[in-house]
Amino acid sequence: MIGLFFWAFVVGGLICVIGQIMIDVFKLTPAHTLSILVVVGAILDGFGLYEPLIDFAGAGATIPITSFGNSLVHGALQEADKHGIIGVLTGMFEVTSAGISAAIVFGFIGALLFRPKG
Amino acid sequence: MANEKRKNVTPVQQEYHLFEKERETKRPVVKNCFRAFFVGGIICVIGQAISYFYMYFFDFTEQTAGNPTVATMVFLSMIFTGIGVYDRIAQFAGAGTAVPVTGFGNAVISAAIEHRTEGFVLGVGANMFKLAGSVILFGTFAAFIVALVKTIAVKWGGLG
Repeated sequence: MIGLFFWAFVVGGLICVIGQIMIDVFKLTPAHTLSILVVVGAILDGFGLYEPLIDFAGAGATIPITSFGNSLVHGALQEADKHGIIGVLTGMFEVTSAGISAAIVFGFIGALLFRPKG
Repeated sequence: MANEKRKNVTPVQQEYHLFEKERETKRPVVKNCFRAFFVGGIICVIGQAISYFYMYFFDFTEQTAGNPTVATMVFLSMIFTGIGVYDRIAQFAGAGTAVPVTGFGNAVISAAIEHRTEGFVLGVGANMFKLAGSVILFGTFAAFIVALVKTIAVKWGGLG
């Protein structure tokens, strides 16, 4: 259990360092960086490489934004397994639903509760 | 970003560009990377603790615990964004707060809060995904292509 915390720290930290290098060295905006990381996560899952990383590092792999791409592919493939090619569309958000709905719901609650700070 | 546009510049412009480059403050890349590593790592450790919480007290497995964990992290980033703490941490940590899913939450929520003065429909509703929209678009499109290719390869190509 302590080991998993350690690897979550190291792997999660390293993914953030990759993002930082993309921002600082390649002079990308944070939006470009995040978009690229999501696409990378999706491609890694396509080759079946992301799941082993989650087994190894736990939240170190599920918390960075790369896991968003991973779970999109995952949901799509799960559903495609059951319903064939149409499942790619119907299953896309199956696994990621929590992240998107939480962002929408809490975003709106946040807008109700808080005022913008100058 | 777009450094390729510098083909048809006059000598004076080139000179100025060199002059500018010399005086540009160098970004402390190594220091930034350490900060990103440290803060990003800590956020992932918090996430790990939350997913253990869901595994022990609720009926989640290691595979499914990621989903409620992400939702909880987004909730936490709403609180911290709302009270103005998240932006301070972000200034220190750079990508360390942007890359974890809390950064995604922060982008949505800060856009929602920022535009509430323009009204709830045209302000909050229309601008909520201003920053995070690109992540959803490219994530979804890439996932669509990857899943499509893989499904076709497995079903008709005999792979996998």
